[in-house]
Amino acid sequence: MYRDLVLTALLVWPLLAGGVVLLLPTRWAKHVALVASLVEFAMAVPLWWTFAPAGGMQFLLDVPWISGWGIRYTVGVDGISLFMVLLTTFLVPLTVLGSYRYITTHERAFYALLLVLTAGMLGVFVALDLFLFYVMWEVMLIPMYFIIGVWGGENRLYAAIKFFIYTFFGSLLMLVAILALVMLEGRRTGVYSFSYDYLLMHAGGLGPVAFWLFGAFFLAFAIKVPMVPFHTWLPDAHVEAPTAGSVLLAGILLKMGTYGFLRFALPFFPQAGLAPAVQTAIVALALVGIVYGGLVAMVQPDFKKLIAYSSVAHLGFVVLGIWALTLQSVQGALMVMINHGLSTGALFFLVGMLYERRHSRLLDAFGGIAKVVPLFAAGLTVVSLSSIGLPATNGFIGEFLVLVGTFRTYPVPAAIAATGVLIAAMYLLPALQRVLYNPLDKRENEKLPDLSARELAVLVPLIACIVWIGVYPQPILRRMEPSAARFIQTVRVAPPGPILPPAPSGGAGAGGAAGAAAP
Amino acid sequence: MSLDLSTASDLLLGLAPELVLTGAALLLLVVVAWRHTSAADLRRAAWVSLAGLAAAGAAAWWLWWHSARAAGIPVMIAVDDFRFVVDGLLLATAAGTVLVSFGYLERERLLAPEYYVLVLFATLGLMLMAGGADLIVVFLGLELMSVSVYVLAGINRRSPASAEAALKYFLLGAFASGFLLYGIALVYGATATTNLTLIGFQIRSLGLESSPMLLMGLGLLLVGFGFKVAAVPFHMWAPDVYDGAPTPVTGFMATAVKAAAFAALFRVLGQAFGAVPAWQHIVWWLAVATMIGGNMVALAQRAVKRMLAYSSIAHAGYVLVAVAAGTTLGAAAFLFYLVAYTLMTLAAFALLAAKGRDGERDVLIDDLAGLAAERPWLAAALAVCMLSLLGFPATAGFIGKWYILVAAIGAGQTGLAALLVLTSVVSAGYYLPVIMAMYMKPAPVPAAHAGMRLDRLGGAAVAVAVLGLVFLGVRPNRLLDIARTSGAGLAPPAATTDVAPPASGR
Repeated sequence: MYRDLVLTALLVWPLLAGGVVLLLPTRWAKHVALVASLVEFAMAVPLWWTFAPAGGMQFLLDVPWISGWGIRYTVGVDGISLFMVLLTTFLVPLTVLGSYRYITTHERAFYALLLVLTAGMLGVFVALDLFLFYVMWEVMLIPMYFIIGVWGGENRLYAAIKFFIYTFFGSLLMLVAILALVMLEGRRTGVYSFSYDYLLMHAGGLGPVAFWLFGAFFLAFAIKVPMVPFHTWLPDAHVEAPTAGSVLLAGILLKMGTYGFLRFALPFFPQAGLAPAVQTAIVALALVGIVYGGLVAMVQPDFKKLIAYSSVAHLGFVVLGIWALTLQSVQGALMVMINHGLSTGALFFLVGMLYERRHSRLLDAFGGIAKVVPLFAAGLTVVSLSSIGLPATNGFIGEFLVLVGTFRTYPVPAAIAATGVLIAAMYLLPALQRVLYNPLDKRENEKLPDLSARELAVLVPLIACIVWIGVYPQPILRRMEPSAARFIQTVRVAPPGPILPPAPSGGAGAGGAAGAAAP
Repeated sequence: MSLDLSTASDLLLGLAPELVLTGAALLLLVVVAWRHTSAADLRRAAWVSLAGLAAAGAAAWWLWWHSARAAGIPVMIAVDDFRFVVDGLLLATAAGTVLVSFGYLERERLLAPEYYVLVLFATLGLMLMAGGADLIVVFLGLELMSVSVYVLAGINRRSPASAEAALKYFLLGAFASGFLLYGIALVYGATATTNLTLIGFQIRSLGLESSPMLLMGLGLLLVGFGFKVAAVPFHMWAPDVYDGAPTPVTGFMATAVKAAAFAALFRVLGQAFGAVPAWQHIVWWLAVATMIGGNMVALAQRAVKRMLAYSSIAHAGYVLVAVAAGTTLGAAAFLFYLVAYTLMTLAAFALLAAKGRDGERDVLIDDLAGLAAERPWLAAALAVCMLSLLGFPATAGFIGKWYILVAAIGAGQTGLAALLVLTSVVSAGYYLPVIMAMYMKPAPVPAAHAGMRLDRLGGAAVAVAVLGLVFLGVRPNRLLDIARTSGAGLAPPAATTDVAPPASGR
């Protein structure tokens, strides 16, 4: 019973709770939302124990939805999505708690949207039908659009519409690719189905058109990650979003892009995604992201923008790890996905707490406040060190695994990526110093209150996870290993079908694809 | 149920929806002639017309339920599911228009019960146009509709804009009718018949695929229909007319008139010209121009009504993609899209009518600022309409667009499909500002929306439409089945299966 229905319950419960929040009086909204999200987390936690470390999908539920088009409601998790589900349900109660004082207008709508967003995010990670996946992918766009646009900062309208249009553009191209994939498969095999498993089994024989389909999927996910040069929406969205929005944006939404690579883009079109030219280009973009993101973060005067650019760098590690295609690097990529959610989420919470006290996020507005707010300073220091990747924190585990794994396939890129860790120290440590440890030279900083019990309740679970994963990551690695191995096997063992012409594949593939696209 | 339309009784049965509606319209004419001075008379006329529409709808439903089909020689009116479904949609649209007009006419002091008579006659014309199996019947229906709508567009005699709209619509509409009629004449010249089935038969048996006279006739027919559906480059009249006409009439024109013109276009192209590949190229270009033109110009609009006018042009472009797909799948996609489009457009115009005064010409998008705080339900309804128009998942607009994409990709028109989604991204640039204004900007003055009201009937119509949009977005199965079977009823002889690409060079 639990195994069949848990994922569906996880999707339905926040929607119901969101409706309830809208109907109850405003002063109850945040408490009801907190309880609802804690219940959601409590429902998700047993997944950790009941999940059997194996490669396949578990907790499956599969019922017909729009049968005329071969669309089914299929949900399930494997070792990759399990941790995304756990991370999502873990972060949402914290964001609710973290918003208690920050959100003062339209509270009911805010918490209801947060709960709807939860359902959308989880839906993306558990959907095993491409139609369902696409619907969820789009549905979570709306709550985030409103969260940025209604409760955001000064420039929120611009940031909200930029966020929306970037994502919408990518996802609509993906929609065409999904349809083309299903139609091409259907014409070949006679079965029109949006089922993930079915498409995965038969996607091998597409021929050169796979290049175009891969391109559309890749673009949608690359915008979401975001990879340079599609990253320009991210700093705007992060800076303008309220704390809860930033935390979920960094913690969960960015992971949907890399999750999409792992789940859809590469397994469906391995020949296209691993063609030498494509592979080189993507690895190069990942490296550019790591180095460029770090360098740009270094010169940001705004703490939130600094963290936003550091996300570009961290996600570069994920993409690098995925494309390096060794067991360590893929596991490392998955670890970075989790760690980035925890560390960057915690950083956004901390910056949000600063902002609530001083209504400024500029690094120069502070200085020496470690003496005034020792607890806050301790928290910010630990979290920053984990974001840099200091050993014994979670950040080290992920990036180390990525580098070790990548070194076996790409020694030079691995060496370049290693400088990313250095760069991270070069932007975060000076920032720490400017905020916490310089002389206390501004009078308005002398009376800042330290962390309240509520704020501690937000931070302590995050820091506990940061240390736990840093010291003993084995339970997580053990659970994700079979799925990572399976991913590599799916991608490496090229299914039967015409192999693409060797490089330079761009021009040849384009010509061939155009010919194949027009029957 | 098989109807032999050469016998009088079966012919009457096959024409039952139209006959019932004619009877209702004539009855209403008498009622209106008897009492036409007070607001109560206006309401009475509205109730009578609603009853007439319901009765005609029941007749159409009865024929559909018994799967009425024509047997024997080809006649002037089609008897198939496609016609019944389109009839039902047109009648429902007219009923929605009447419901919205209740409050609107009184508020704008348009105490002319003849309004409802004209709505009924226009609907009758639309039904004949959509159901005609003969070019002459299509033309008669088109003229009956056009004459009624000319008057409806100009019914607000105190408004110069309304008069301008009527005049413009009349002049360009007459022009379009001329094109259509000349096209019919040329097609008759080439094939010696105006019956759609016989035209198709003649083309195939005599090998007329590249006869210059036939192609010229086809081209002129397409121009005529292009005017009526407001496809770029024949759309010039639409923004001004939509802008100037009373808002419920605008809603009627943007939905029912367009739906019927498209249905007629589908039937003419499918049944008569299925063997002529030329039209697919023309429609391909029309679709491209309409999608790009409509979306780009809509982006520059500041007034809500004008933005919706251009948006309806853009949506005509999306429907043309379904036409260009040319398959039975295209017809099914077209039917589903019409339902979704009608619901969202009608609701959007109804909400706009509730907001404004004096024809709502001057309601800018920014005038909706702060609506969500003052009138949360109206704002939520308009937001759903905008998202559905944008084609957002979990609304009917998404399923409709999805279906058109399926049809286009299935027919090998990947280029059109890609253009459709790209222009949809552009459309986010004008639908989202409406939502942003309502939810993310503060009201300029306190109680800025105090005057906005939707009376109970209009509210009910909007609520049904909005709930329908969401329901069809999540559970479209039944309507998809209906659309598929009805679309298959229109099977053009050239198309063989659902997914076979048409004989197009592209």
